Amino acid sequence: MSGAGTERLARLLALVPYLQARPGALISEVAEDHGVTERQLRDDLQLLFVCGLPGYGPGDLIDMSLDDDTVTLTYHAELDRPLRLTADEALALIVALRALAETPGVDGAAVGRALAKVEGAAGEAGRSAKQVAVTGGYEDTGVAAQVRGALERGRALKIVYYTAGRDATSERVIDPMRLLVVDGRAYVEAWCRRAEAVRMFRIDRIDALEELPEPSVPARGMSPESGFRHGAVFAPAPDSPLITLRVGLGSRWITEYYPCDDVRAEPGGTWLVTLRASDLEWARRLAMGLGEDAEVVSPPELAELVRSEARAALAAY
Amino acid sequence: MSRRRTERLVNLLLCLLSTRRYLTAAQIAAIVPGYEHDENDPKSHEAFQRMFERDKGELRDLGVPLETGTNSVFDSEPGYRVTRGDYALPEVHLDPEEAAAVGIAARLWHHAELSNAASSGLTKLRAGGVDLADGPPLGIEPVVSADPALTPMLAAIDVRRAVKFGYRTPRDDQPRQRRLQPWGVVSWRGRWYVIGHDLDRNATRCFRLSRVVGTVSAVGPLGAYAPPEGLDLVAQVAAFDPEPTDQKSARVRVRVGAAAGLRRWADAVRPEEEETPELLEADVTGAGAVTLLDDPGAPEAVVPPAAEPDPDADECGEPAPDAKAAWDIVTLSYSDPEALAARLAGYGSAVVVQDPPDVRDAVIRHLTRMAAGIPAPRPGEASTLETRAVGGSR
Repeated sequence: MSGAGTERLARLLALVPYLQARPGALISEVAEDHGVTERQLRDDLQLLFVCGLPGYGPGDLIDMSLDDDTVTLTYHAELDRPLRLTADEALALIVALRALAETPGVDGAAVGRALAKVEGAAGEAGRSAKQVAVTGGYEDTGVAAQVRGALERGRALKIVYYTAGRDATSERVIDPMRLLVVDGRAYVEAWCRRAEAVRMFRIDRIDALEELPEPSVPARGMSPESGFRHGAVFAPAPDSPLITLRVGLGSRWITEYYPCDDVRAEPGGTWLVTLRASDLEWARRLAMGLGEDAEVVSPPELAELVRSEARAALAAY
Repeated sequence: MSRRRTERLVNLLLCLLSTRRYLTAAQIAAIVPGYEHDENDPKSHEAFQRMFERDKGELRDLGVPLETGTNSVFDSEPGYRVTRGDYALPEVHLDPEEAAAVGIAARLWHHAELSNAASSGLTKLRAGGVDLADGPPLGIEPVVSADPALTPMLAAIDVRRAVKFGYRTPRDDQPRQRRLQPWGVVSWRGRWYVIGHDLDRNATRCFRLSRVVGTVSAVGPLGAYAPPEGLDLVAQVAAFDPEPTDQKSARVRVRVGAAAGLRRWADAVRPEEEETPELLEADVTGAGAVTLLDDPGAPEAVVPPAAEPDPDADECGEPAPDAKAAWDIVTLSYSDPEALAARLAGYGSAVVVQDPPDVRDAVIRHLTRMAAGIPAPRPGEASTLETRAVGGSR
């Protein structure tokens, strides 16, 4: 579907049955449900007034009583049902419901019933959804459901959390704000009392948790938007160090795994990969963990860190 | 689209919905406002015909099931109608929980086309009387993203048409043209894959959609093939997952308080000094990333990430315990000694490998190179890394 005109036509065809099902509907709500301004909605309704059944006499045209706040349809001209779902609409809804059913922490029963009903209503239009499978692939340890429970009850959580960036486990008390699931992986956004800031915690890195009897006091004026920007959970700060590694084939996977600023092929089959590291210690672990397949190009401090740590490690053999 | 045309299209649809008989273009022109013209004037008649063709196309694009047919064998000209049963969305009754699920599902796409389709589908369900506002909040905000290649791939699957696309793997910088009869797509661990019959390799292949470069173009005739009977898409993707089969065990000394990631991944952790070791079962859910391949016979190095940026990148860690105080003995399962050695080298002086000797030697080799600042071996060079890449595949 494309073009504002086509969109408007589709909206008009849905508006009539929508109003038929809701006598006395508030103009503001109708507009919101259709994603248009009240002014646009009124224009749509004016247009419908001149449409109707052949004959086009006063009794054949779509009719409604319209006042300042509400609208009631009085004649629908046989247009009392919406158009059936297109293949694209059926696919988008069915696959999304399947993804929802696979989402950690979601009670799948209601989702499953909704899925069956939408599939039934879609009929043949839902055919292409059969060729799409959605599977989480991550182990659901039940932690997401426990976090969700704490959110519902408004309780703080004591967690043992593994921070990959520092390769360390720590215990902390958090005030959960919301549960996010991005591409099947769950995160809790929370106020961290120790860091005194809003943080994102990956559910699969919570090694233990305990719901505290005390209430969660999350907001403290913070909006729950801090960690999730532009559809990405991890966004490196612009002032984090820029590092460049020369990598061989065996380490090329880092270019798909981490957001990279630059990936450049070199003659001889190696690549220069530039990315932002959270800090040099993290970068050292990354570079050394790639083994001999990677070499630090810059900054020089990182190259020196790798050399000295490698020497210290060799001393034990 | 002009206001007049929108008005005409609504009237055309209502007219076609209200008729049981097929109406010819001439009959429609005589009934529906906006089609008035002089039939005897060829120019005027031609203009009407063009307008009518465009309008029919518009309704069909919207998904209106426009039927063509004749009322009797004596009719020479075809007519048009829309059957109510084919037009109307069947009744859908959702309880508040189900409605909430649909409402959330419609918002979870992070993909422009699917997001638009989901919201127009939602508009229809609302128009059908479903109330989405009253459901209880789910307490979870899910997001599903998808690669641009997803929708053209699905369109091709739907009409069983082959596709052609450029594909770039991390092993190869140059995108290569692939020709595929796609059977289905799978989202697995948040990544999208297409499965089908690779026409050039004459074999079943799995491609990661994020590696598709440029446009996916449909080639060849419609209905050119049939996917295998009883195809299990998820099982197909799983078959391409290089699950390590031959699990070996390594023993490493790990400094107390260090290498938390290794400890989470370990089978067992016990203090070195302990006489009768009490085995501590460690959490193994933190095992490394698995890389899916398009060619099962040519594995990439499946290296678990040594370090990973964390959304929670705060610096308020515990103070490091006395560095040289104590060590633990950690037992690790692995399949590829080289991959394990690289990972262990990442922990630097916090880890000392005891067994087996091949892992120990490989770690020493990695560290020696790094300590001397020797550049990474080039692919041409004889290196164990090369041997691994080739050796694993044959």
